[in-house]
Amino acid sequence: MSEAASGAVEKLRGSTVINEIKKAGVRHILSVPDLHTSKGLLHPIAVDPEFKLIRVCKEDEILGIAAGLTYGNLRSLMLVQYTGFLYAMNAIRGVAIEQKLPVCMMIGLLGKEPGVLPTESRRFGLRIIEPILDVLGIPHTCIETDADTPRISAAIEEAWRTSRPTAILIGGRPEA
Amino acid sequence: MIDRKKALELLAARITDEIVVSTYSTATDWLSIIDRPLNYFSSGAMGLASSHGLGLALARPERRIIVLDGDGSLLMNLPTLVTIGRVAPRNFTHLVFCNGTYEANGGHPIPNPDVDFEGHARAAQIKKTFTVNDLDAFKDRIDYILHEEGPVFGSIKVEQGILGPRSYKDMYKGERRAALRSALGV
Repeated sequence: MSEAASGAVEKLRGSTVINEIKKAGVRHILSVPDLHTSKGLLHPIAVDPEFKLIRVCKEDEILGIAAGLTYGNLRSLMLVQYTGFLYAMNAIRGVAIEQKLPVCMMIGLLGKEPGVLPTESRRFGLRIIEPILDVLGIPHTCIETDADTPRISAAIEEAWRTSRPTAILIGGRPEA
Repeated sequence: MIDRKKALELLAARITDEIVVSTYSTATDWLSIIDRPLNYFSSGAMGLASSHGLGLALARPERRIIVLDGDGSLLMNLPTLVTIGRVAPRNFTHLVFCNGTYEANGGHPIPNPDVDFEGHARAAQIKKTFTVNDLDAFKDRIDYILHEEGPVFGSIKVEQGILGPRSYKDMYKGERRAALRSALGV
């Protein structure tokens, strides 16, 4: 039984997530701030000299920038809230999916109840994220605790190996 | 007002190893003038040409990136100017061909054809900007477009081009993106 399904909640440390991002060779972070990942991820990333953080105004910009970066084999990570993912849907469709690009999306599930699967959330906006990713054919994984974090670098590596987008959902709120 | 194709012909005569990012009507004109592996056609979502160009500028700092945008397209991604102004890539030129219409979508006017794009760029802290209204002025700017340390933003006032369906099938094919990657050794 998964932790989410069992209702048990353990910690998700931002540093563990960040180590996985680095392990996957990502150095460019493309982001619109998300309260869910703000303290544990975005603030530490902003002051980490190993990262180049590009703050964009709206999420669909990220798809163009990430596409361009692939022409230097530069790995980037889109760090946004689920609402931003929904906002950028056409660009995700047209750029990441149809052009078969390894666009890696880390999506904060703001408001997801601890220990509850995203599809079982009380919040409509959260319940629809995984079904939408399934329709789009984008592989996805949900990170709840530190124990889940090895799936982050694995997902990014797979995206680059297959030249396909991937989505890493951040279910647990990363601690600073 | 400038004949867009004549302006592009002048630019095409001067480019060497720059990556040229173009979109919609400007892209079809550009491709009809010069077909080369270093052309990058922004596709998939309208308005993102400059964002693609920004990513390319960061990925390929050794090359000049020239974005040939449209006014209708830029309006769909106007905050890109703020992002570009902040990132400030030195190898980046953003030209917006302004005809006041969504030419690719039937010639309907943009919400305000009198919008001051250069003013928007300057407000976004892009310091090197210009607006040109005639072909001679554009010609005089080509060295600046190609060589001035970026980011450079130029608003080019053009006449509306030929309306009607244009085919994007050839420019959007995957082989073109593969050719660019090959040319860049990626």
